[in-house]
Amino acid sequence: MLELYGTELSSRLLLGTAQYPSPAILADAVKASGTSVVTVSLRREMAGGRAGEQFWSLIRSLGARILPNTAGCLSVKEAVTTAKMAREVFGTNWIKLEVIGNHDTLQPDVFGLVEAARILCEDGFAVFPYTTDDLIVAERLLAAGCKVLMPWCAPIGSALGPINIMALRSMRGYFPGVPLIVDAGLGRPSHAATVMELGFDAVLLNTAVAKAAYPVGMARAFGKAVEAGREAHASGLLEPRDVAVPSTPTIGRAVLS
Amino acid sequence: MKLMVNGEAREIAATTLAELLAALDYEGDWLATAVNGDLVHKANRTEFQLSDGDRIEILSPMQGG
Repeated sequence: MLELYGTELSSRLLLGTAQYPSPAILADAVKASGTSVVTVSLRREMAGGRAGEQFWSLIRSLGARILPNTAGCLSVKEAVTTAKMAREVFGTNWIKLEVIGNHDTLQPDVFGLVEAARILCEDGFAVFPYTTDDLIVAERLLAAGCKVLMPWCAPIGSALGPINIMALRSMRGYFPGVPLIVDAGLGRPSHAATVMELGFDAVLLNTAVAKAAYPVGMARAFGKAVEAGREAHASGLLEPRDVAVPSTPTIGRAVLS
Repeated sequence: MKLMVNGEAREIAATTLAELLAALDYEGDWLATAVNGDLVHKANRTEFQLSDGDRIEILSPMQGG
């Protein structure tokens, strides 16, 4: 079973809650995926508004664990304050830490990320850092106190899937005991299965489900793919070979010509 | 007092953060507040004195990825 910061989770799929066609479809997709963790965010509330209350009420009814994020934060200060505000509202010390370095690529500012991670870990947060596949940055994040790493496999929302398999494989091999969650860039269930086959512990995705023609079906498909990939990894995959190898025994083959 | 509330300039008579929330019809325990970039805990809003030019952020739960 997947254990993150001392909490055991029944599912290895973490699901975002944004961009769904309706709250009802979001709720159905969460249930169909089998996820036990959903990501949420904080945004400005209008004077007299109750949008936040309605959403919060919906999320609580799903029964999933909450992973608030610091999406859109461009500085250490913004990310740290947002994390503290999220802790107060959502009542959890879990935080998906994003410090964005570039508006177009949405790639993490890894220097700010490490600094923010250190501040938040010292303050008692369980930090889930959205990072790149760089091994040295990953080492710095672990030194800062992170117990989980969340590398991208492609830019956020791109649906490109794992574009650097070698880097992901290296990361898995380099940090054998650290829970690794692929966050961002997954587009298809087969992408999720691929990274799970590599030995990643879980995946976090949003757009690929929310923007599918039928989000509930896609959520279910991703849930199955994650389970299939995990079981395949645990069962020992056959390594590719350069030559053909007959699967039917050749001993005892009749000579009929 | 001139304040920036969620990015909008406001002229409001409130002297504390709790008074400001009441004046603008904010209510509920799902809100988080920050003044000048720092969190102000729910429990401290009543005594938190506002100053001219303060930047206040009032946030609530929202969909996220």
